[in-house]
Amino acid sequence: MTPDIAIGHFLTVGAVLFTIGVFGIFLNRKNVIVILMSVELMLLAVNINFVAFSGHLNDLAGQVFALLILTVAAAEAAIGLAIIVIFYRNRGSIAIDDINVMKG
Amino acid sequence: MSLTLFFFYLFSTILVASAFMVISSRNPVHSVLFLILTFVNAAGLFLLAGAEFLALILILVYVGAVAVLFLFVVMMLDIDFAELKKGILQYMPIGVLIGIVLFLELALVAGTWVVLPEVVAGSAMPIDDTISNTRALGQVLYTRYVYLFQGAAIILLIAMIGAIVLTLHHRKNVKRQDIADQVARDPKTAVEIVKIKSGQGLES
Amino acid sequence: MIQAIVFFPLIGALVAGLLGSRIGHRASEIITSTLLVIAALLSWWVLFPIAFGDGAQEVIKVEIMRWISVGDLDLRWVLRVDTLTAVMLVVVTSVSSLVHIYSIGYMADDPSRSRFFAYLSLFTFAMLMLVTADNFLQMFFGWEGVGLASYLLIGFWYKKPSANAAAIKAFVVNRVGDFGFALGIFAAFIVLGTIDFDTAFSAVEGAKGTSISFLSMNLDAMTVVALLLFMGAMGKSAQFLLHTWLPDAMEGPTPVSALIHAATMVTAGVFMVARLGPIFEASAFAMTVVLVVGATTAFVAATIGLVQNDIKRVIAYSTMSQLGYMFVALGAGAYSAGIFHLFTHAFFKALLFLGAGAVIHAMHHEQDMRKMGGLRKKIPLTYAMMLIGTLALTGVGIPGTSFGFAGFFSKDSIIEAAFAVDGWQGTFAFWSLVVAALFTSFYSWRLIHLTFHGKSRADAHTYEHAHESPNVMMVPLYLLGVGAVLAGVLFYDQFFGKEKYIEAFFAHSIVINAAIIDAAHHVPTWVKWSATYAMILGLFTAWFMYIVAPKTPAKLASTMPWLYQFLLNKWYIDELYDFLFVKPAFKVGNFLWKRFDDDLIDKTIVEGLGHRVQDITNKIVKLQSGYLYHYAFVMLIGIAALLTWVVVAGGML
Repeated sequence: MTPDIAIGHFLTVGAVLFTIGVFGIFLNRKNVIVILMSVELMLLAVNINFVAFSGHLNDLAGQVFALLILTVAAAEAAIGLAIIVIFYRNRGSIAIDDINVMKG
Repeated sequence: MSLTLFFFYLFSTILVASAFMVISSRNPVHSVLFLILTFVNAAGLFLLAGAEFLALILILVYVGAVAVLFLFVVMMLDIDFAELKKGILQYMPIGVLIGIVLFLELALVAGTWVVLPEVVAGSAMPIDDTISNTRALGQVLYTRYVYLFQGAAIILLIAMIGAIVLTLHHRKNVKRQDIADQVARDPKTAVEIVKIKSGQGLES
Repeated sequence: MIQAIVFFPLIGALVAGLLGSRIGHRASEIITSTLLVIAALLSWWVLFPIAFGDGAQEVIKVEIMRWISVGDLDLRWVLRVDTLTAVMLVVVTSVSSLVHIYSIGYMADDPSRSRFFAYLSLFTFAMLMLVTADNFLQMFFGWEGVGLASYLLIGFWYKKPSANAAAIKAFVVNRVGDFGFALGIFAAFIVLGTIDFDTAFSAVEGAKGTSISFLSMNLDAMTVVALLLFMGAMGKSAQFLLHTWLPDAMEGPTPVSALIHAATMVTAGVFMVARLGPIFEASAFAMTVVLVVGATTAFVAATIGLVQNDIKRVIAYSTMSQLGYMFVALGAGAYSAGIFHLFTHAFFKALLFLGAGAVIHAMHHEQDMRKMGGLRKKIPLTYAMMLIGTLALTGVGIPGTSFGFAGFFSKDSIIEAAFAVDGWQGTFAFWSLVVAALFTSFYSWRLIHLTFHGKSRADAHTYEHAHESPNVMMVPLYLLGVGAVLAGVLFYDQFFGKEKYIEAFFAHSIVINAAIIDAAHHVPTWVKWSATYAMILGLFTAWFMYIVAPKTPAKLASTMPWLYQFLLNKWYIDELYDFLFVKPAFKVGNFLWKRFDDDLIDKTIVEGLGHRVQDITNKIVKLQSGYLYHYAFVMLIGIAALLTWVVVAGGML
């Protein structure tokens, strides 16, 4: 890792990305896909963190873990989208405000 | 400012900006495209951090597969451009507050966290500078972490099966091949030899 | 044999009670009555060797079984029979068997006769357990048992609300006394260290003069024990202040009044004090209390009896008065005289009650004496029996001779003994008893005049149909009549006459104060004649007021209306108790029921809890909105909170 970029920089970037992802989850009312994308953003932020630490601590475990996270994120995105497709097929809308069937 | 730092700032700025656009864009297709941009920049950051394999895998998998999948679904679902609904303002203050709190705390942790020198010195898998990153990862992944590797593979398999199971629906009127039936055809039942006089037709 | 005496009634009660509906009323009557007659004969059989034997058999103790064996407490069911017990056995079983036979006739129309006979036998069993008790707990068992049987029998016609109320009143007032009795037993156990009678009596000597501390007061131990025990006697024997239940107990059928409220249950208190004589002897104060209470009771009851109009109530107040006499004897130290009066009283009071029952039966259930009169010609045999009873009750006899009816001997013994007591209490008791004798004579003869003499005031139809009772009811009356006449003269020496005879008869079963008995024999002659004077005066007054000048009672009542009302309303004690105890108790009970149990516990706590749970869950349920971003939002808040906690706890803030 280059000595110029301190670990703090990377972590800050990760933190910002994470909070943006968090905002994305509950600030949007338009559609559900944005939620999924926000989740991807959050996972990305975590990955950045892992890789940064891997470089900083000179430990390969971080990258391995980031790889596995990548795998899982991909799988989860696939399933999530499949569910949305089915939902759209059955309901005809993916506007957030209309999805309240689980109302208790 | 050295070159790496410059590139770092470049990548991270575009990263943050496009992430912001992902969540605030009105057109969902735009959102997906901005997501792609985010991923590409993140790959750049990974490169700067020394994880080349991961960076390219990011582009391959995330951009090439996941983001494209997103795009497919967005296109397929025929979503209208939606206006920013009124309700968003109701949650904005508290949401922003929580977000800021979260960010500050993360920064706080990052700022005050002290890493012990032993950790750096005695890491589990010291990165070997002599071999390439890919090779190093391969050496570790197929030996120490082979179970995790297989586990990840199974997760992917299950995700695939799940996605197919969820979305598959048979259309009633479409003809399909049934290979097993085709292969199991027996000449005795399939073919019938009839002697016909020339000029006369076949009466069934 | 002792077991047979005690347990035959129990067997009868169980058979009639549990199998009555199957074997039929006739069979229940016959079985219970037969068993009781056998028990009565056996108890007469047992009396003679114990009482008149040569001292070889003073006490028979029959152990039945072990009961409680805890630490220092070793109790067994032991039937103790000494002379006192034997006398009581005779009284109880004889009167009970006669009442059983009488009831066959009296209750002939009642549809639940088996239940009646079962209760009668049950009562007899409990009473027998009481008198054969060898320790406090057994006596308490019998005590409570007779209270229970009394409740059941007074409220026998349970469809009548007044009967139910009377039964409850009897039980509750008794309970007040029983409470004192129970406390007395506890105190006796603490002070004397045991509840076995023989051991306790031998420990009394050592406990004299010791004191119990209570509420920072140091009280003489034996006085406390004796007074508490006497409280029980006051309740059971309807002494003044705890007497309110006895007149109301007349709601029960007349045989019940005869058995329980004349001969047996009410005498349980007398028996108890006599049995526990050694304890009472250790406290002069307690003896004085007994004496004064007895005298007061005798006087008060006699005054109330003067103006009552219900034939049974007159006899009830007469009972109360005579019980007062018995307690005066006990308080004076002449225990044998008290038991003597108990013995004779059982006969003539039961006779009077059963006779009144015959009158009521003849007048077709009319009990008001103002609607009777002139029955002498219609029911002559009943009239004769009632006459004998009245002669015995009023104590007709010639002092100094052996001529007299039963009540004469026993009553006069008590009056003489009362005179012989030193101090103001003796004088008070003596004059109360003499005046009470005067009143007793008056109202007893008033009863006879109103019921049997003069012209009939009943409506013609009832008077026409007045008939003599069947033999099954008359024969017990005859037997009791014999007792009323002879019991006094036959047993005078053994109970009161000569000290040697008394000692030989009773022989350590009760305390024998030779001094008082001697003093009683040597009182001035005018004292010995005082009771007879009182009796004659009362007789003449009654004759005058009801036969010679029948308008006198009404005129007298109108000149002193307040006195008349005061006496007619039983000195307003019932009203006083109602104001002091009953109404507040009802208020408390009502409050606890409505406000505490209903409102607080049922509504607020139980139902309220359910409603609050529902309210809260209804509110919480709204958290589940079904909106995805709400859920994500909550998760986020959770993350933020966790993070904050980590930051703060880790000291990074």
